[in-house]
Amino acid sequence: MRGASRVSRWVVATRRGARQVLARAADDWRRSLQVRVGATTVLVTGLVTIVIGVFLVDKVSGGVLRAKRDAAVDQAKIGINVAQDVLSTFDLTLTQNVLQAKADIRDKLNPSSAGTFSIVLLARSGTGVAADDSPAAHAIPAGLRKMVQQSNLASQYARIPSGRPGARVAGLIVGEPVQSGAGLFELYYLFPLTAEQQTISLIQRTVLLAGVALVVLVLAIALLVTRQVVRPVRVAAKSAGRLAAGDLSQRIPVRGSDDLARLGQSFNDMADSLQRQIRRLEELSRLQRRFTSDVSHELRTPLTTIRMAAEYLHASRSDFPPELARAAELLHAELDRFESLLADLLEISRYDAGAAQLESEPADLRGVIASTVEANRMLADRHGSEIVVNVPDTPVMIDMDSRRVERILRNLVGNALDHGEGKPVVISLGYDDDSVAVTVRDHGVGLKPGQASLVFNRFWRGDPSRSRLTGGTGLGLAISLEDARLHDGWLQAWGEPGRGAQFRLTLPRRAGHTLMHSPLPLNPDELDEEDE
Amino acid sequence: MVDDDSALAEMLGIVLRTDQFEPAFVADGARALQAFRETKPDIVLLDLMLPGMSGIDVCRAIRAESGTPIIMLTAKTDTVDVVLGLESGADDYVMKPFKPKELVARMRARLRHHEDIASETLMIGPPESPVEIDVQAHQVRREGRPIALTPLEFDLLVALARKPRQVFTREVLLEQVWGYRHAADTRLVNVHVQRLRAKVERDPEKPEVVLTVRGVGYKAGPP
Repeated sequence: MRGASRVSRWVVATRRGARQVLARAADDWRRSLQVRVGATTVLVTGLVTIVIGVFLVDKVSGGVLRAKRDAAVDQAKIGINVAQDVLSTFDLTLTQNVLQAKADIRDKLNPSSAGTFSIVLLARSGTGVAADDSPAAHAIPAGLRKMVQQSNLASQYARIPSGRPGARVAGLIVGEPVQSGAGLFELYYLFPLTAEQQTISLIQRTVLLAGVALVVLVLAIALLVTRQVVRPVRVAAKSAGRLAAGDLSQRIPVRGSDDLARLGQSFNDMADSLQRQIRRLEELSRLQRRFTSDVSHELRTPLTTIRMAAEYLHASRSDFPPELARAAELLHAELDRFESLLADLLEISRYDAGAAQLESEPADLRGVIASTVEANRMLADRHGSEIVVNVPDTPVMIDMDSRRVERILRNLVGNALDHGEGKPVVISLGYDDDSVAVTVRDHGVGLKPGQASLVFNRFWRGDPSRSRLTGGTGLGLAISLEDARLHDGWLQAWGEPGRGAQFRLTLPRRAGHTLMHSPLPLNPDELDEEDE
Repeated sequence: MVDDDSALAEMLGIVLRTDQFEPAFVADGARALQAFRETKPDIVLLDLMLPGMSGIDVCRAIRAESGTPIIMLTAKTDTVDVVLGLESGADDYVMKPFKPKELVARMRARLRHHEDIASETLMIGPPESPVEIDVQAHQVRREGRPIALTPLEFDLLVALARKPRQVFTREVLLEQVWGYRHAADTRLVNVHVQRLRAKVERDPEKPEVVLTVRGVGYKAGPP
């Protein structure tokens, strides 16, 4: 059993290995132009070489064999007279004489222009002539004999006995009828084709070798040429990658004036143009941010004067006639809104300029929640809403910029009170080893589908007709989102029409830690399910 | 009151006179120091952006010859500007646009110590080299040598020294020393603790008199 399982394991491992090799090959094929060109070249060159080689070998060996056959037939034509003379001098009824006659004919004809050969002498049956019983006689094919018996000069390729007993080699047999005094004989010449075969196999070997050499050479050339093309392309790809990663100064060295040099030149031109555009946009955006910041600053001094004047008027409004007193009150109230709008604009412009800095230190998140609740106490009373706080009994210490976190929570709680329609607002704190989450839930009008992602947009208002006691600037959530991002945290919203909304702030406990999940669900329904 | 905006200066004058102050105005940074010597004010309101000489330089020049409370008025909210102003010697800052009541409350908090006449001597820091504080005489000594502190630094040190074992959060210090009722910029505390340490500690890198309690605040070193 154990052996079988080992075998099956081995099979699995081998299959896996084969799959891996295949996968890697497929991967190389997809990724590398060089591999693709090389493989294609080998395939096409190999096919062409095989076709040409087969054709060549076929032609050459056909020619060699034809020459041999012509020579052999000529030999047989010459040999017919010699054979007649020799045969007429022997009494062929004796086997011994038949052998002698054969030897004589062979001696008189050999060596010939058609190479060495052996002879078989056969008589027509019933003539009383001794039969040639040599191994060569048995090698004569019946078809050839039939042709010769019909008084034709005929030839055929066949396996013939060689010098060594029992061994046969490829050969050519030419047969002819011979008329002598003793009757009609059949004379067969057996030409071994050993030399021709050697020639042909030499040619085959040469063609094969040349073919393989050709394929290797063409592959090398293909790889070399592709390399010349691929290398600049790879350099271009690498440079483009660096450019995409933000290194705008990346350029390709351009040599010569060929197509690849043109590619490099075009790439460099593109990079130049990109760099110019991006610089221009950066400059524009810097100017714009600078302008926003300057405007905010420049507005502050006159606003201070206006504010003091308004306060002064407001303080002495009891001495004014009613309309004037009301005007002073409106002036005073609207200045507050104007001021918070200005402050938010400045804060946003600081984020846009990337100038916001995190000043984090370890602090208890419960303290921030407590002061948030305290700060919203008056607003809650005005709305008639209750603020419910669910926090653990033990301190929840995290690395944070308390000022910013408190600003986020104040915003969320203020929003919840504004949209909570006098129903309770619930603040919950959840935590685990890596992260903490604070959710702020209201039970008011809620959010329509799709609005959850819009609420963080600047100056977005869910329902423009609703009155707002806080006089929000429309930038609060946008700033909160930036504050959360500065902490590497998340700020998300959930809401359903008529069921209220929930905002969730998730922060890493330690600065620089990447958030993977939140300890509290964004959708309050999930929490209810868990409770059940 | 040093500010180049005449409308603001005039309006501020009206408000301050209502609150029983007697303001004197300078619009140019270069003439601020001379005016300071002539009028000998109880408190200085200083705009950071001034023609002639920057508010930071004016602040440094005044601090070099006097501990008179300085409150900066600034339109800039960037951390760098605020910290730079505080480090140049300002006791407090008010961000434009401010509410007049808030400014007056801060000014009163800075001027409060004149009414403080309790006779007591406090000792804090390491036993072999304690810091002696004579609250009534407004003097601080260490190993017999007097240490010159600004009124604010003195108030900060006294607040810590009066309850040596208590840890003060920055918010509590802001309320007790600066007179803030609501949460405010805790950088004020950080900067002034550093300035105080530079004067009273033997090695400001290893404080023995004003200790940091990480994550909470500060406390006085054991007497």
